[in-house]
Amino acid sequence: MRHTAKKLFKSAFSTAVVAGALLLTSFPASAADGASSVVEKGKAAAFDRKKGNCLACHSVDDGTLPGNIAPPLIAMKARFPDKDKLRAQIWDATVVNPNTIMIPFGRNKVLSEEEIDQVVEYIYTL
Amino acid sequence: MKKLLTATLVLGLLGGVTLPVQASPEQDLKEFRDYFKKRFPNTPFDDLVNGVYSIDAASREQWEEIEEFPPYELNIEKGETLFNTPFANGKGYADCFDKGGIGIAHRYPFFDQESGKIVTLEGSINTCREANGEQPLGWSKGAIADISAYMHYTSRGQVINVIVPDNPAAMAAYERGKNHFYAKRGQLNMACADCHVYYSGNKIRADLLSPALGQPSGFPVYRSKWGGLGTLHRRYGGCNKQVRAKTYKSQSDEYKALQYFHTYMSNGLEINGPSARK
Ligand code: HEC
Ligand code: HEC
Repeated sequence: MRHTAKKLFKSAFSTAVVAGALLLTSFPASAADGASSVVEKGKAAAFDRKKGNCLACHSVDDGTLPGNIAPPLIAMKARFPDKDKLRAQIWDATVVNPNTIMIPFGRNKVLSEEEIDQVVEYIYTL
Repeated sequence: MKKLLTATLVLGLLGGVTLPVQASPEQDLKEFRDYFKKRFPNTPFDDLVNGVYSIDAASREQWEEIEEFPPYELNIEKGETLFNTPFANGKGYADCFDKGGIGIAHRYPFFDQESGKIVTLEGSINTCREANGEQPLGWSKGAIADISAYMHYTSRGQVINVIVPDNPAAMAAYERGKNHFYAKRGQLNMACADCHVYYSGNKIRADLLSPALGQPSGFPVYRSKWGGLGTLHRRYGGCNKQVRAKTYKSQSDEYKALQYFHTYMSNGLEINGPSARK
């Protein structure tokens, strides 16, 4: 938590500095967006019921009421030393297992490429 | 059959391979039953009519309490009144059905030799109305669900016995329904079977997935989420939507075919509709 707060503060600070340097052009309305880290965005996309909704099937981190269809998302670095493989699993799980119930998030455009990158970064911290 | 034989012969001659013969409905049914027997060894076959509550002791008790003062009671009464209210021409629903429409819901859906189509109970209710100069009712809730609820209520305890006759149109409907059931669909790419066969008994988020075997027997169902009764086709639409798939109209050929396959797979179970569901 502390860690997150510090990061938040830091990027908010730099946003402000940049904005200042741009001679007080209007302060970006998306300051809050700009302030949250890639990992946080990834967590948000992973938890959002309309986006990743990974909790429907996996237990993930501190997510509540997870489903029990799929293995818990833990120790991802150990299970996926190759980060590209992790990304590929999320982009289209049917490549590895054609019958999988897991959603082909990238192939079917349930998540954008950017969101998948963010989810990968987040999942990789678990 | 002849065609199949010829194809097998030709293939056999060509490469010595045997053509995978299409499984018969009887074989499908046996495999389906065996699968669920193994998956839920502690659930007696007859209890599968209770859907998710047949496999979940935790929610069962609460559900049994609900069923003691069922939220659909009023719907049965409304359905009975509607059923017994004569049409403008003086005739009534009882005139359209065998046995006056009492205790016959378990015979649906069936394949009608004459039209070559699948006939559902709700379909017959509206056919009856139109034959008597009345406007058809809306398909998936309201009056039609009430009438269906009453007719199912009078059929409780009757055993589902869907027949797939040896007829190409009947087999085509069966295969169409089977395909709908097993094919992945929608942006989320999931099949009915993913949730209600392979992961039945698992939790998807907080929802326990019910076994497909037994699902049709309790319809129409009262759902708190709906705030009322809905037909089986209404539920099909909901489950298609969840995976962001194209939905079909209630009583479309697609859903009738799905119901044909789906209900065939519940042969041998008693009708216990209407029932209450989350
Ligand atoms: C509808 C169910 C479902 C959803 C939603 C889902 N998954 Fe999966 N996932 C599975 C299943 C089942 C497996 C196990 C492998 C298989 O069956 O293909 C799996 C496997 C995985 C694996 C591989 C785990 C390993 O150790 O091999 C990763 C990583 C993964 N999922 C990440 C995610 C992420 C990230 C999300 C959300 C963006 C997600 N999943 C959403 C069902 C799901
Ligand atoms: C993403 C998972 C998922 C998919 C795919 C899915 N369902 Fe469902 N279905 C559910 C959930 C969750 C429920 C509510 C809990 C329960 O009864 O299983 C439900 C309930 C039902 C019910 C009501 C059962 C009852 O006793 O009231 C029927 C019938 C049903 N589904 C049929 C289907 C059919 C047919 C398909 C394919 C067209 C399908 N489902 C696809 C998740 C799914």
